[in-house]
Amino acid sequence: MRPLPLALSLALACSAQAAETPVDPQIAALAERIRALEANAQTLQIQAADALAAAQAAQAELEQMKSDQQGAAVAEVSAQPSTGASANAFNPAIALILNGLYENHSQDPVNYQRAGFPQVGEGGPGTPGLHLGESEIAFSANIDDKFYGQLTLALESDGGEVHTGIEEAYIETTALPEGFTARAGRFYSNIGYLNSHHTHTDFFSDRPLAYQAFLGNQYGDDGVQLRWVAPTEIYLELGSEVFRGDNYPAGGAAHSGIGAKTFFAHAGGDIGVENSWLAGASVLHADAIGGEDGFSGRNNIYLFDLTWKWAPNGAFKDSGVVVRGEAFVDDRKGFVLDPEEPDALAQAWNGKRRGAYVEGLYRFSRTWDAGYRYDKLWAAADGPYASDFDPRRSTAMLTWHNSEFSLLRLQLAHDQPQPHFIDNVLTLQYQVSLGAHGAHKF
Amino acid sequence: MRKMLLWMIVVAAVISAPVQAKLRVFACEPEWGSLLTELAGDAIDVDVATSALQDVHVVEARPSLIAKMRKADLLVCSGAQLEIGWLPQLLRQAGNAKVGSGAGSFMAASQVTTLDKPASVDRSAGDVHPDGNPHVQLDPYRVLAIAKALSARLAELDAANAATYQQRLGDFETRWQAAIKGWEAKAAPLKGKAVVVHHSAWIYLLQWLGMHEIGSLEPKPGVPPTSAHLSSLIDVTKSGGAIAIISAAYQDSKPGEWLAQRTGVPALVLPFTVGGDAQAKDLFGLYDSTLDKLLGVLK
Repeated sequence: MRPLPLALSLALACSAQAAETPVDPQIAALAERIRALEANAQTLQIQAADALAAAQAAQAELEQMKSDQQGAAVAEVSAQPSTGASANAFNPAIALILNGLYENHSQDPVNYQRAGFPQVGEGGPGTPGLHLGESEIAFSANIDDKFYGQLTLALESDGGEVHTGIEEAYIETTALPEGFTARAGRFYSNIGYLNSHHTHTDFFSDRPLAYQAFLGNQYGDDGVQLRWVAPTEIYLELGSEVFRGDNYPAGGAAHSGIGAKTFFAHAGGDIGVENSWLAGASVLHADAIGGEDGFSGRNNIYLFDLTWKWAPNGAFKDSGVVVRGEAFVDDRKGFVLDPEEPDALAQAWNGKRRGAYVEGLYRFSRTWDAGYRYDKLWAAADGPYASDFDPRRSTAMLTWHNSEFSLLRLQLAHDQPQPHFIDNVLTLQYQVSLGAHGAHKF
Repeated sequence: MRKMLLWMIVVAAVISAPVQAKLRVFACEPEWGSLLTELAGDAIDVDVATSALQDVHVVEARPSLIAKMRKADLLVCSGAQLEIGWLPQLLRQAGNAKVGSGAGSFMAASQVTTLDKPASVDRSAGDVHPDGNPHVQLDPYRVLAIAKALSARLAELDAANAATYQQRLGDFETRWQAAIKGWEAKAAPLKGKAVVVHHSAWIYLLQWLGMHEIGSLEPKPGVPPTSAHLSSLIDVTKSGGAIAIISAAYQDSKPGEWLAQRTGVPALVLPFTVGGDAQAKDLFGLYDSTLDKLLGVLK
């Protein structure tokens, strides 16, 4: 470091002299010398910095050695397996969800019918008795410096046959500027709260009635998504999706395979240290051609969601409360052809149906959660699916977590899909996750 | 759709127009927030994601954290998979390419060698970290090595303030080295002493002080203490001559107190990180408080 001031003062002295001397060659010679000195000083400076850095590194290393006399040995031993596994080091993270249930229904699911809401997608009563739930395998990894990819396969056995389904298979950008993220492939829409969450993160073993009736349990399809997070103090996310439109509530891949569109906005933040909230408003605009419930026409679904979490000191691990509600408005304009009787006349259907649920979860220790959910659907007053009765359901559950990777759940439901039909359901469920440690959304 | 896109771009342009002059840093844990304050002072804005009363293994990916992550120029975390349950989710939701990887992502545990690196990993052994024990903030030498690397990273990202960072690092190093001398002199009586810990998070501190761990309240890392396991610790705690049963401020103090009642060995709550008690206002206070409390049980 020292050569620099020395060189500088020399150079200054020289230039002062040079200014007084009127003869050209001398000035040129002096200027040359100054340049040489400056260059020299710079080299010395770089060398000095390098030496300093080297000394610092050596010192740090010494300190390191001092602080982990034993650690060095441990590190050496454990370094071996990781180098041995280098060929597999780029394998995607693999996570498995296994889940099994026992259900006892007071009514035979064959007779189950929801007044005003035909059964669609996977939105019906569960299977009685012991059965395997949906098993899920998810692979995910960064593809390169600009893309992330994920594949989620669902394995389900239905009457002895095993079905493998691609639940999600998408790529997502990681390097767009200004808070933008784009996604393409097959994925669950970001509308509402629960829709983008995989069912294994739910508080209950089944989805709310509104999800079953209006989205066939969960709305996903092939499409593209663009979302943007605002650079604000409060969390604000806006986004839009375009889907193929094959799955309920869309159907028949209308408009040459661009049959459904969504817009969604989510906002959230903290109130003090102990309270957090997340709210959203979304719309799903689906065009159906011969949809699963026999509907053809335009279907706009509006969703509003609100989640509030409280935990002492903001530490939800040991205790806390979650309250969540979502409201749906399903607005249709079109006609219905009964899929069972194709020869029957089409019936016009213009009208609205509504649905909502409220659920609460109380975590009273690190290992125990208790929860309650109330569901209701409001049927249409007229049209092909008119009903005077509004289906409703109450559900209570108790969950024991041994670790964040395993849980056992006891659930009791009092389900009234029709005026004089009550299905009391007892569900016992285990659900575990293996492999890569999942990171869950709020 | 097109209209929506256009609007989103317009809104983005309007909101992000005023360019933030200061480097904005997202610190996962309070100890790194405190280190950043030492190294940069007012030259940067720091958002600290968690508090000493929260278990950083299991933090919720709250919307407010996504908003903070969205605006960050640099991410400073412990790493070694400590934040694996929430940090990847924040990164994916925030859409901030600056902090995803590369210069904008600084993992403290990657700057030093970690201890407890398992030769093989299996969840039957509890919540183990394949990259070694991530709780590196309680070894002052490692903290110094991390400080140097972090200061260099700050200078790399914010060249305009490089001189400030260099000067502040020099100042911090002088004070830190002096403090280490003081701590080591003060902590001499602790050498060779044994403790029972709540979670295996104290290895760096114990190694630095020449102390050792003879038992852990958690039967496996991350698995909550069970009464059977606690009962089995009674003999170990007594015969091993433990001076204290230590837990962090964020942990449930009941299991430690239960064992303390049956063994006569005092249960001691240590701050673990900055903000863990009144004295642990910064990194210096964290070490002062930790040593004072440990020495307190010797008297």
